[in-house]
Amino acid sequence: MIVRIATEGQYEVGDADVSALNDLDNDAVVACDGQDEQHFHEAFDKLLQFVRTKGTPVSEDTLEASDVILPPPDVSFDEARAEFSGEGLIPG
Amino acid sequence: MPGLSGRMSTVIKAKISKLLDRAEDPAETLEYSYQKQIELLQNVKKGIADVVTSKKRLQLQEQKLRDQVVKLDTQARQALAAGNEDLARTALERKNVAQTELQSLDSQVAQLEQQQEQMTASEQKLRAKIEQFRSRKEVIKAQYSAAEAQVKISEAATGVGEEMADVGLAMQRALDKTENMRARADAVQELEAAGTFEDLTQLGPGEDDIDRQLRQLSSTSEVDSELAKMKAELGSGSPRSAGELGAGGGADGAPAEAEQAGPSQGQAP
Repeated sequence: MIVRIATEGQYEVGDADVSALNDLDNDAVVACDGQDEQHFHEAFDKLLQFVRTKGTPVSEDTLEASDVILPPPDVSFDEARAEFSGEGLIPG
Repeated sequence: MPGLSGRMSTVIKAKISKLLDRAEDPAETLEYSYQKQIELLQNVKKGIADVVTSKKRLQLQEQKLRDQVVKLDTQARQALAAGNEDLARTALERKNVAQTELQSLDSQVAQLEQQQEQMTASEQKLRAKIEQFRSRKEVIKAQYSAAEAQVKISEAATGVGEEMADVGLAMQRALDKTENMRARADAVQELEAAGTFEDLTQLGPGEDDIDRQLRQLSSTSEVDSELAKMKAELGSGSPRSAGELGAGGGADGAPAEAEQAGPSQGQAP
Protein backbone atom coordinates (compact mmCIF):
# COMPACT_ATOMS: atom_id res chain seq x y z
CA MET A 1 0.00 0.00 0.00
CA ILE A 2 1.28 3.48 -0.85
CA VAL A 3 0.99 6.02 1.94
CA ARG A 4 1.74 9.68 1.44
CA ILE A 5 2.71 11.94 4.30
CA ALA A 6 1.51 15.27 2.94
CA THR A 7 4.33 17.74 2.14
CA GLU A 8 6.87 14.97 2.79
CA GLY A 9 6.47 12.16 0.25
CA GLN A 10 5.19 8.68 -0.56
CA TYR A 11 6.09 5.46 1.24
CA GLU A 12 5.38 1.86 0.29
CA VAL A 13 4.02 0.05 3.34
CA GLY A 14 3.87 -3.75 3.27
CA ASP A 15 0.54 -5.58 3.62
CA ALA A 16 1.67 -7.05 6.94
CA ASP A 17 1.89 -3.57 8.46
CA VAL A 18 -1.42 -2.23 7.22
CA SER A 19 -3.47 -3.41 10.15
CA ALA A 20 -1.11 -1.81 12.67
CA LEU A 21 -1.21 1.38 10.60
CA ASN A 22 -4.99 1.33 10.70
CA ASP A 23 -4.96 1.02 14.50
CA LEU A 24 -2.62 4.01 14.81
CA ASP A 25 -4.80 6.02 12.47
CA ASN A 26 -7.91 5.18 14.44
CA ASP A 27 -6.18 6.20 17.65
CA ALA A 28 -5.40 9.61 16.14
CA VAL A 29 -9.01 9.95 15.02
CA VAL A 30 -10.32 9.07 18.49
CA ALA A 31 -8.02 11.71 20.04
CA CYS A 32 -9.35 14.23 17.55
CA ASP A 33 -12.96 13.38 18.28
CA GLY A 34 -12.32 13.50 22.01
CA GLN A 35 -10.80 17.00 21.77
CA ASP A 36 -7.65 15.67 23.37
CA GLU A 37 -4.92 17.74 21.73
CA GLN A 38 -1.92 16.21 23.49
CA HIS A 39 -3.16 12.70 22.85
CA PHE A 40 -3.70 13.60 19.19
CA HIS A 41 -0.15 14.88 18.70
CA GLU A 42 1.33 11.81 20.40
CA ALA A 43 -0.83 9.44 18.36
CA PHE A 44 -0.17 11.31 15.13
CA ASP A 45 3.61 11.39 15.72
CA LYS A 46 3.53 7.65 16.35
CA LEU A 47 1.61 7.17 13.11
CA LEU A 48 4.15 9.22 11.13
CA GLN A 49 7.10 7.44 12.71
CA PHE A 50 5.52 4.10 11.85
CA VAL A 51 5.19 5.05 8.18
CA ARG A 52 8.72 6.45 8.02
CA THR A 53 10.36 3.44 9.66
CA LYS A 54 8.24 0.57 8.31
CA GLY A 55 7.72 2.04 4.85
CA THR A 56 10.22 2.47 2.03
CA PRO A 57 10.30 5.79 0.14
CA VAL A 58 8.74 5.56 -3.34
CA SER A 59 11.13 6.50 -6.15
CA GLU A 60 10.75 9.92 -7.75
CA ASP A 61 9.81 8.71 -11.22
CA THR A 62 6.88 6.62 -10.01
CA LEU A 63 3.54 8.01 -11.10
CA GLU A 64 1.35 6.03 -8.74
CA ALA A 65 -1.43 7.49 -6.67
CA SER A 66 -1.41 6.93 -2.94
CA ASP A 67 -3.94 4.70 -1.24
CA VAL A 68 -3.81 6.85 1.83
CA ILE A 69 -2.77 10.45 2.38
CA LEU A 70 -1.83 11.58 5.87
CA PRO A 71 -1.91 15.25 6.90
CA PRO A 72 1.42 17.13 6.99
CA PRO A 73 3.67 16.56 10.03
CA ASP A 74 3.18 20.16 11.21
CA VAL A 75 -0.62 19.86 11.20
CA SER A 76 -2.28 21.76 14.02
CA PHE A 77 -5.01 20.29 16.18
CA ASP A 78 -7.57 22.68 14.70
CA GLU A 79 -6.58 21.70 11.17
CA ALA A 80 -6.77 18.03 12.02
CA ARG A 81 -10.28 18.50 13.39
CA ALA A 82 -11.25 20.43 10.27
CA GLU A 83 -10.37 17.28 8.32
CA PHE A 84 -13.65 15.78 9.51
CA SER A 85 -15.84 18.67 8.56
CA GLY A 86 -15.77 21.76 6.39
CA GLU A 87 -13.17 22.17 3.71
CA GLY A 88 -10.34 20.18 5.21
CA LEU A 89 -6.73 21.04 4.58
CA ILE A 90 -7.16 21.54 0.86
CA PRO A 91 -9.98 23.94 0.16
CA GLY A 92 -11.84 23.98 -3.14
CA MET B 1 -9.31 3.72 6.29
CA PRO B 2 -11.61 6.27 7.91
CA GLY B 3 -10.94 9.63 9.42
CA LEU B 4 -7.91 11.81 8.84
CA SER B 5 -6.33 10.01 5.95
CA GLY B 6 -9.61 9.16 4.28
CA ARG B 7 -10.75 12.72 4.10
CA MET B 8 -7.54 14.06 2.56
CA SER B 9 -7.36 11.32 -0.04
CA THR B 10 -10.93 12.01 -1.13
CA VAL B 11 -10.41 15.73 -1.49
CA ILE B 12 -7.25 15.27 -3.54
CA LYS B 13 -8.86 12.67 -5.79
CA ALA B 14 -11.81 14.99 -6.39
CA LYS B 15 -9.43 17.76 -7.41
CA ILE B 16 -7.62 15.50 -9.84
CA SER B 17 -10.77 14.19 -11.48
CA LYS B 18 -11.91 17.78 -11.97
CA LEU B 19 -8.65 18.36 -13.78
CA LEU B 20 -9.17 15.34 -16.03
CA ASP B 21 -12.79 16.11 -16.87
CA ARG B 22 -11.78 19.13 -18.89
CA ALA B 23 -11.32 17.48 -22.25
CA GLU B 24 -13.06 14.69 -24.14
CA ASP B 25 -10.17 13.88 -26.40
CA PRO B 26 -7.38 11.90 -24.64
CA ALA B 27 -4.60 13.71 -26.45
CA GLU B 28 -6.11 17.01 -25.40
CA THR B 29 -6.38 15.84 -21.79
CA LEU B 30 -2.73 14.89 -21.87
CA GLU B 31 -1.63 18.26 -23.16
CA TYR B 32 -3.90 20.08 -20.75
CA SER B 33 -2.56 18.12 -17.77
CA TYR B 34 0.98 18.72 -18.88
CA GLN B 35 0.38 22.47 -19.25
CA LYS B 36 -1.11 22.55 -15.75
CA GLN B 37 1.91 20.74 -14.37
CA ILE B 38 4.32 23.17 -15.98
CA GLU B 39 2.30 26.08 -14.61
CA LEU B 40 2.48 24.70 -11.12
CA LEU B 41 6.20 24.14 -11.42
CA GLN B 42 6.55 27.85 -12.25
CA ASN B 43 4.44 28.69 -9.21
CA VAL B 44 6.65 26.59 -6.99
CA LYS B 45 9.68 28.47 -8.26
CA LYS B 46 7.94 31.75 -7.49
CA GLY B 47 7.06 30.44 -4.04
CA ILE B 48 10.69 29.59 -3.33
CA ALA B 49 11.72 33.07 -4.50
CA ASP B 50 9.17 34.55 -2.06
CA VAL B 51 10.60 32.57 0.82
CA VAL B 52 14.11 33.71 -0.08
CA THR B 53 12.94 37.34 -0.21
CA SER B 54 11.32 37.05 3.20
CA LYS B 55 14.44 35.47 4.61
CA LYS B 56 16.59 38.30 3.31
CA ARG B 57 14.23 40.81 4.80
CA LEU B 58 14.37 39.17 8.20
CA GLN B 59 18.16 39.03 7.97
CA LEU B 60 18.19 42.75 7.28
CA GLN B 61 15.98 43.26 10.32
CA GLU B 62 18.40 41.12 12.33
CA GLN B 63 21.31 43.32 11.34
CA LYS B 64 19.41 46.43 12.38
CA LEU B 65 18.63 44.91 15.75
CA ARG B 66 22.25 43.91 16.22
CA ASP B 67 23.27 47.51 15.58
CA GLN B 68 20.58 48.61 18.00
CA VAL B 69 21.93 46.32 20.72
CA VAL B 70 25.45 47.74 20.32
CA LYS B 71 24.12 51.30 20.31
CA LEU B 72 21.98 50.83 23.42
CA ASP B 73 24.86 49.20 25.25
CA THR B 74 27.09 52.16 24.45
CA GLN B 75 24.35 54.57 25.53
CA ALA B 76 23.91 52.73 28.83
CA ARG B 77 27.63 53.00 29.52
CA GLN B 78 27.67 56.68 28.65
CA ALA B 79 24.64 57.37 30.85
CA LEU B 80 26.18 55.51 33.76
CA ALA B 81 29.50 57.28 33.36
CA ALA B 82 27.60 60.56 33.50
CA GLY B 83 25.92 59.41 36.72
CA ASN B 84 22.45 59.03 35.20
CA GLU B 85 21.47 55.56 36.40
CA ASP B 86 17.81 55.86 35.38
CA LEU B 87 18.73 56.55 31.79
CA ALA B 88 21.24 53.69 31.84
CA ARG B 89 18.52 51.38 33.13
CA THR B 90 16.14 52.43 30.36
CA ALA B 91 18.79 51.82 27.73
CA LEU B 92 19.54 48.38 29.19
CA GLU B 93 15.86 47.50 29.29
CA ARG B 94 15.57 48.34 25.63
CA LYS B 95 18.71 46.40 24.86
CA ASN B 96 17.21 43.43 26.66
CA VAL B 97 14.06 43.61 24.56
CA ALA B 98 16.07 43.98 21.37
CA GLN B 99 18.11 40.92 22.28
CA THR B 100 15.00 38.86 22.91
CA GLU B 101 13.62 39.96 19.58
CA LEU B 102 16.91 39.07 17.95
CA GLN B 103 16.71 35.52 19.29
CA SER B 104 13.22 35.11 17.94
CA LEU B 105 14.34 36.41 14.55
CA ASP B 106 17.20 33.93 14.59
CA SER B 107 14.83 31.02 14.95
CA GLN B 108 12.52 32.43 12.30
CA VAL B 109 15.37 32.71 9.83
CA ALA B 110 16.31 29.12 10.63
CA GLN B 111 12.71 28.06 10.00
CA LEU B 112 12.64 29.81 6.65
CA GLU B 113 15.95 28.19 5.76
CA GLN B 114 14.41 24.81 6.42
CA GLN B 115 11.29 25.69 4.46
CA GLN B 116 13.39 26.79 1.53
CA GLU B 117 15.25 23.48 1.53
CA GLN B 118 12.01 21.54 1.76
CA MET B 119 10.41 23.41 -1.11
CA THR B 120 13.51 23.00 -3.26
CA ALA B 121 13.36 19.26 -2.64
CA SER B 122 9.63 19.25 -3.48
CA GLU B 123 10.29 21.14 -6.68
CA GLN B 124 12.85 18.56 -7.75
CA LYS B 125 10.48 15.72 -6.96
CA LEU B 126 7.69 17.33 -8.93
CA ARG B 127 10.02 18.05 -11.82
CA ALA B 128 11.02 14.36 -11.95
CA LYS B 129 7.36 13.32 -11.99
CA ILE B 130 6.46 15.81 -14.69
CA GLU B 131 9.35 14.59 -16.78
CA GLN B 132 8.10 11.04 -16.31
CA PHE B 133 4.61 12.15 -17.30
CA ARG B 134 5.94 13.88 -20.40
CA SER B 135 7.65 10.74 -21.72
CA ARG B 136 4.64 8.58 -20.83
CA LYS B 137 2.37 11.07 -22.58
CA GLU B 138 4.19 10.52 -25.87
CA VAL B 139 3.99 6.75 -25.49
CA ILE B 140 0.27 6.90 -24.74
CA LYS B 141 -0.42 9.14 -27.72
CA ALA B 142 1.55 6.87 -30.07
CA GLN B 143 0.55 3.41 -28.87
CA TYR B 144 -2.92 3.28 -27.41
CA SER B 145 -6.45 3.41 -28.74
CA ALA B 146 -8.67 6.20 -27.41
CA ALA B 147 -10.36 3.98 -24.82
CA GLU B 148 -7.12 2.48 -23.52
CA ALA B 149 -5.45 5.86 -23.57
CA GLN B 150 -8.14 7.31 -21.31
CA VAL B 151 -7.28 4.75 -18.61
CA LYS B 152 -3.52 5.19 -18.96
CA ILE B 153 -3.85 8.95 -18.85
CA SER B 154 -5.99 8.76 -15.78
CA GLU B 155 -3.37 6.63 -14.01
CA ALA B 156 -0.44 8.83 -14.95
CA ALA B 157 -2.26 12.10 -14.34
CA THR B 158 -3.43 10.94 -10.93
CA GLY B 159 0.13 10.28 -9.89
CA VAL B 160 1.33 13.69 -11.00
CA GLY B 161 -1.87 15.35 -9.82
CA GLU B 162 -1.32 14.07 -6.32
CA GLU B 163 2.25 15.34 -6.31
CA MET B 164 1.01 18.69 -7.58
CA ALA B 165 -1.63 18.91 -4.88
CA ASP B 166 0.98 18.02 -2.29
CA VAL B 167 3.52 20.59 -3.48
CA GLY B 168 0.68 23.10 -3.62
CA LEU B 169 -0.17 22.34 -0.02
CA ALA B 170 3.48 22.56 1.10
CA MET B 171 3.80 25.88 -0.69
CA GLN B 172 0.63 27.27 0.82
CA ARG B 173 1.78 26.36 4.31
CA ALA B 174 5.24 27.84 3.74
CA LEU B 175 3.75 31.07 2.43
CA ASP B 176 1.28 31.32 5.34
CA LYS B 177 4.12 31.01 7.82
CA THR B 178 6.21 33.51 5.91
CA GLU B 179 3.27 35.90 5.88
CA ASN B 180 2.98 35.70 9.67
CA MET B 181 6.67 36.40 10.10
CA ARG B 182 6.47 39.29 7.70
CA ALA B 183 3.57 40.82 9.62
CA ARG B 184 5.52 40.50 12.85
CA ALA B 185 8.66 42.00 11.34
CA ASP B 186 6.58 44.93 10.09
CA ALA B 187 5.06 45.44 13.51
CA VAL B 188 8.52 45.43 15.07
CA GLN B 189 9.72 47.97 12.57
CA GLU B 190 6.77 50.27 13.27
CA LEU B 191 7.32 50.11 17.01
CA GLU B 192 10.98 50.76 16.56
CA ALA B 193 10.21 53.77 14.38
CA ALA B 194 7.72 55.09 16.91
CA GLY B 195 10.36 54.80 19.64
CA THR B 196 8.17 52.57 21.79
CA PHE B 197 10.54 49.69 21.86
CA GLU B 198 9.45 48.63 25.32
CA ASP B 199 6.04 47.64 23.99
CA LEU B 200 7.66 44.79 22.14
CA THR B 201 7.22 42.72 25.26
CA GLN B 202 3.53 42.64 24.35
CA LEU B 203 4.09 41.11 20.95
CA GLY B 204 4.70 37.48 21.86
CA PRO B 205 2.14 35.18 20.27
CA GLY B 206 -0.28 33.36 22.55
CA GLU B 207 1.03 34.95 25.72
CA ASP B 208 -1.12 35.74 28.70
CA ASP B 209 -0.54 38.26 31.48
CA ILE B 210 1.31 35.81 33.67
CA ASP B 211 3.77 34.94 30.92
CA ARG B 212 4.37 38.59 30.35
CA GLN B 213 4.87 39.35 34.04
CA LEU B 214 7.24 36.43 34.39
CA ARG B 215 9.22 37.65 31.44
CA GLN B 216 9.29 41.16 32.83
CA LEU B 217 10.60 39.80 36.11
CA SER B 218 13.41 37.90 34.43
CA SER B 219 14.10 40.89 32.24
CA THR B 220 14.33 43.15 35.31
CA SER B 221 16.78 40.88 37.07
CA GLU B 222 18.85 40.62 33.91
CA VAL B 223 18.88 44.39 33.63
CA ASP B 224 19.83 44.68 37.30
CA SER B 225 22.75 42.32 37.00
CA GLU B 226 23.93 43.92 33.81
CA LEU B 227 23.72 47.33 35.41
CA ALA B 228 25.73 46.08 38.37
CA LYS B 229 28.34 44.63 36.06
CA MET B 230 28.57 47.86 34.13
CA LYS B 231 28.95 49.82 37.37
CA ALA B 232 31.78 47.55 38.45
CA GLU B 233 33.52 48.04 35.12
CA LEU B 234 33.10 51.79 35.34
CA GLY B 235 33.90 51.67 39.04
CA SER B 236 37.31 53.33 39.06
CA GLY B 237 36.01 56.41 37.21
CA SER B 238 32.94 56.90 39.38
CA PRO B 239 32.87 59.42 42.26
CA ARG B 240 31.35 56.71 44.50
CA SER B 241 33.82 54.00 43.71
CA ALA B 242 34.35 51.05 46.00
CA GLY B 243 37.99 51.92 46.56
CA GLU B 244 37.28 55.31 48.06
CA LEU B 245 34.50 53.99 50.22
CA GLY B 246 36.71 51.25 51.55
CA ALA B 247 39.43 53.74 52.40
CA GLY B 248 36.97 56.11 54.09
CA GLY B 249 35.28 53.46 56.23
CA GLY B 250 38.42 51.53 57.11
CA ALA B 251 39.11 53.44 60.33
CA ASP B 252 35.69 52.80 61.86
CA GLY B 253 35.31 49.25 60.70
CA ALA B 254 31.61 49.97 59.97
CA PRO B 255 30.99 49.72 56.27
CA ALA B 256 27.29 50.73 56.48
CA GLU B 257 28.13 54.07 58.08
CA ALA B 258 30.97 54.60 55.76
CA GLU B 259 28.74 54.09 52.73
CA GLN B 260 26.20 56.60 53.97
CA ALA B 261 28.84 59.15 54.65
CA GLY B 262 30.46 58.67 51.31
CA PRO B 263 33.73 60.32 50.42
CA SER B 264 32.89 63.56 52.30
CA GLN B 265 34.96 64.64 55.31
CA GLY B 266 32.01 65.36 57.63
CA GLN B 267 32.18 62.09 59.48
CA ALA B 268 32.28 62.67 63.26
CA PRO B 269 33.64 59.94 65.57
